[in-house]
Amino acid sequence: MRGASANVGITGVAILIFDEDRRGNTRRLCARCGGRMPVGQVFKVAIIGSGPAGMSAAGRAAQLGLAHVLLEKTDHLSDTIYKYQKGKHVMATPSQLILRSDQEFDAGKKEDILDKWNRRTAELGVNVKFNADVKSIKGTGPAIEGSVQKIVTRARDGTSTTTEVQRYAPPYAITLTNGETVMAETVVLAIGTQGNPNLMRCPGGDLPHVTYQLDDPYAVLDQHIIVIGTGDAGIENARGLVEDAAQGNTVTVLNRSTKSTNVRESFATAKEPNAKALVEDDAAGKLTIRYETETKAVEPGWVTLSTRDGEERIRCDRIIARIGSAPPRAFVEGCGIEFASADRLAFPTLSPQFESTAPGIFVIGALAGYPLIKHCMNQGHDVVEFINGNTSLKPADEPLLEAKFAGLPGKRSVNEWLEFLQKNVGILQGMTTLQLREFMLDSEARGYAAGDVVFERNDPGSSLFAIASGTVHVRIDPNDPSKVIPIPAGTIFGEVGLISGRRRGATIVAAEDTICVEISRNAALKLQSQVPTARRAIERISTERQILQMFGSGLTSADVAEVVETAKIMSVRAGDAIIKEGDEDKDIYVIRVGSMIVEKEVGGKPVFLSYLPAGSYVGEMALIDGGRRTATVRAAIKSEVIKIDGEAFGRVLAAKPALLERARKDMEVRRATNAFIESKKDSFSGIVDLYSEQAKFLVSQGLGEATDVLLIDERLCVGCDNCEKACADSHDGLSRLDREAGKSFAHLHVPTSCRHCEHPHCMADCPPNAIKRGPDGEVFINDTCIGCGNCQRNCPYGVIRMDKVPPKKPSLLNWLFFGSGPGPGEPPYKWSKKNTKYTGDPAVDELLDRKKAIKCDMCAGIEGGPSCVRACPTGAAIRVSPDEFLTVSRLENEGA
Amino acid sequence: MATIAPKKRTGASRARTSTHEGFLRHNNLFWGKLSAAIAVALLALYIFVPLPGQHFGSSWLGYTLGTIGALLILWLTMLGMRKRAITPGRWSLKAWTSAHVYLGLCLTVIGTLHSGFHFGWNVHTLAWALMLLVIGSGIFGIWVYATAPRALSANRYDDEGAITEKQMIEAVRSLDRQIHDAAQTLDPQSAALVNLSLEQDPFAGSFWNRITDNYPKCATRHAAAELRRIRAYQPRMGDDPADKVDALLTRKEAVLGRMRRHLKLKSWLQAWLYIHVPVTFALIAALSAHIVSVFFYW
Repeated sequence: MRGASANVGITGVAILIFDEDRRGNTRRLCARCGGRMPVGQVFKVAIIGSGPAGMSAAGRAAQLGLAHVLLEKTDHLSDTIYKYQKGKHVMATPSQLILRSDQEFDAGKKEDILDKWNRRTAELGVNVKFNADVKSIKGTGPAIEGSVQKIVTRARDGTSTTTEVQRYAPPYAITLTNGETVMAETVVLAIGTQGNPNLMRCPGGDLPHVTYQLDDPYAVLDQHIIVIGTGDAGIENARGLVEDAAQGNTVTVLNRSTKSTNVRESFATAKEPNAKALVEDDAAGKLTIRYETETKAVEPGWVTLSTRDGEERIRCDRIIARIGSAPPRAFVEGCGIEFASADRLAFPTLSPQFESTAPGIFVIGALAGYPLIKHCMNQGHDVVEFINGNTSLKPADEPLLEAKFAGLPGKRSVNEWLEFLQKNVGILQGMTTLQLREFMLDSEARGYAAGDVVFERNDPGSSLFAIASGTVHVRIDPNDPSKVIPIPAGTIFGEVGLISGRRRGATIVAAEDTICVEISRNAALKLQSQVPTARRAIERISTERQILQMFGSGLTSADVAEVVETAKIMSVRAGDAIIKEGDEDKDIYVIRVGSMIVEKEVGGKPVFLSYLPAGSYVGEMALIDGGRRTATVRAAIKSEVIKIDGEAFGRVLAAKPALLERARKDMEVRRATNAFIESKKDSFSGIVDLYSEQAKFLVSQGLGEATDVLLIDERLCVGCDNCEKACADSHDGLSRLDREAGKSFAHLHVPTSCRHCEHPHCMADCPPNAIKRGPDGEVFINDTCIGCGNCQRNCPYGVIRMDKVPPKKPSLLNWLFFGSGPGPGEPPYKWSKKNTKYTGDPAVDELLDRKKAIKCDMCAGIEGGPSCVRACPTGAAIRVSPDEFLTVSRLENEGA
Repeated sequence: MATIAPKKRTGASRARTSTHEGFLRHNNLFWGKLSAAIAVALLALYIFVPLPGQHFGSSWLGYTLGTIGALLILWLTMLGMRKRAITPGRWSLKAWTSAHVYLGLCLTVIGTLHSGFHFGWNVHTLAWALMLLVIGSGIFGIWVYATAPRALSANRYDDEGAITEKQMIEAVRSLDRQIHDAAQTLDPQSAALVNLSLEQDPFAGSFWNRITDNYPKCATRHAAAELRRIRAYQPRMGDDPADKVDALLTRKEAVLGRMRRHLKLKSWLQAWLYIHVPVTFALIAALSAHIVSVFFYW
């Protein structure tokens, strides 16, 4: 054997070591056949990753008696769950989905679940290979004609390079980082989405004392340690290492940024309290922060730093690099697997049997877009059944989909319904059956009789509707139900709510018996990333409708065709200006996502004029009046705007005098605001400045994306905390607001309480999809919360807390007259602990102790509205939407 | 500026406001105007309606005023319940406070007219006097509520923005840690002085200290002053550890000063209630005695 050797591993697996051919592809080499025939054992299926999906797949393979191997990077099964915090309660959602696996799974403690899985895996005789970190997967058969994959990599500077990879037929050679190779006819990729840590690139970065995680900082003693990376992970590690002076560690934190009194500048990626604590530790001499410093080279025991003043060599026994992590996309693409789009959140393109674009490589679990354990385990079972040739297997979600379609007229089977929807709804046509099934699980099929209201104007809602059959009418005049525009079958409506997160703009009524698909925001986002044609269709329709809505009725699609054609969707970073005062352009902008602020330079200072929420348009003054821009418009938060060509729109206006009249009228309001500010500036410049500064402060506090925010006037607040007490007493005894915490500016205080963002950050990554927007616009968490804490980490305003519900308190009168119980407000921790009635039954007790995510729900459903506001004795607390609050009328109230 | 939003999908309505409006100016001074009108009308009645000079309380106007006054006192007391019973409904505690303030002020007129200006050393006059004491403390309360929040807010701001009470305490602790570390190299005499500052509980002090913001036994100030006095006659050396300690002590003094002003204002916001509320209960007791006695022993 030339350049290759074979030996037999502990598990009886033949391990082959290969060299690479000139094209960089790993090819098997064999003395007898010249590298075409398989050597040693070729498994029927190799499963990569031993999480719920992979482990379940391996279990099925073992049960079916297939030749299989389960490759796991670490030395234990299911690393993601293994690393959950001790004693974490793992939930089994969705509860209605039946589990189809050779492994057991039920809600319970992490340790118990892992225990069961480990035992069952041994029982089933699964062939597990631990410490097997896969580096690459390459086909070893003949080149597949016409199957060339283009991989586009984008560098930070915006340039992109395209690599072409020729796919080869199975069997696949799976190369491990330790140099071993495993051969398999089919590969099941179940590696999850846990990122791989970014590695150090300087010379010596591959030495063993360079590590990328720290399990127990208190176990490290008497070492010189360098922590690289000033995110939260790095800071927490560094502080943990010096927490106890007796540990005797010398810790140096390297920071590339310059030193600044504002920690948000010098530690941009860390949470502020973390960064402050680190700076304080530095000031106290517990550790050293080196600013403007990077590593130049690493050698055992020493490290060379490049600093502003030149190079420096210092002692170092261990390096902890916490410099972020990258999703495993590059690796997956390298295996020949295509992704649905270039979108960062895109998933691989899969067949209904989970087969990727590389024949014989299957993708399941979180990497395929299924974050829940139960889904993953079912897929593991199913995919091995498919590989084994079982084609008649119905997916486990069949009964769920049956239930979805049960209420609709016309008796069709699930498959017939899916076909019907796909045939009739344009935006669904690019989907695979698998995607469509998953998509329907997140969506609802709805039937409406003629005359039924689908939704009403000003209803909150972020879902998109697609009409499969029938017609609906849009009521364009709220006062006159006879003025309608029809929307035919095959198209969509409700896209404004989806994109902007604002309330519905018009009432929609079914014109005849209609069947619609209501697509939840999450499903719609997934759809847009999976099916690029759907994305373009939705963008075009929304642009056209937004333009039609701008000046009210009177325009038709034909009128604005040219305008829509030339319109461009632009994304604007927070703080960037789309219109600059004094410029001579004439374009009009419609705010699609986010919000903008309008400022005007008065006496050398920018003065805040108004706040524009999503759905408003701006820039029409220059077009209608001519002349230069009279004010600057900049994004309050990251926003998206539709840029409409001024010339083209001018032609539309010229053809419709009524429209021009209407536009002039709208403009009058803005002109009056400008004039008012200008006139007040001279006599009350102090107040105008204050007003302006205050508006800027509020925008910096996230009001730009808020829909309803709690604001406290410090000149009225007596600090009685009755708001917090009222909050606790209205919601299971837990307060969802912290009055004192939060920022203040010029007597205006923004306490730590939910702002009900347009596109809530908390919703982004909720495994059971428990965070919803309610009918009154509130963002709330329902009972399916599994307590994972993702929402708490994702909220940039820190308004979500994880806590358990305290026991019920005695009544108020009992407290007033007999002093029983802790009185109004949140009971102290001690009282709760003492009064929790444990039953001794671990299942029940665990429920009592379970922590859930808790946040403001705007007192939805409670007559009278938010308790915090009603319970304020002095009128200091109000809940407002930013467009109600940030108006010039405020200036008048301030005494100008 | 409150408007009632239409009934929404959950069936719960909500009053929407767009600006802050304090309890004194609530609803365009509705309760103030109402109370003033009542007071004027009652004074007019008292002056212009002919009534017996003796035993005014038993005349029809006297009975009416007495009944209204007694019921009003009970209703005003109910604010304490309203504040704590967070029931659903379109009530606003601010409106209650506003009504409580203005109707409470009006009670001086009602109660005094009810007395017919007959005072003596008896339980009847006691009830009247207690009522005035409650109202007097209440007026003081209004003054505190109207002025202290502004001062409290102003006191919280520093160069970097507003800080909270928690942050003030944290700042003291952090300075303590730094002083402790910096003082390790000091001579025993100075170290003992510094230690006094570290050991003194920053919250120590009597109620009087707190509401006057006067702490004559402040160990931090003492330590800083003494340290400077000792060092005044010592030769200067470069890199003296006492310099650092001195700077830290000065900073601690400033933080303590701010925190103590904060506590003073907070105490004022609460202190008056310790008269207002207990005397209210004494008033209700005296009032009961007054009512029972006039009906049984007149």
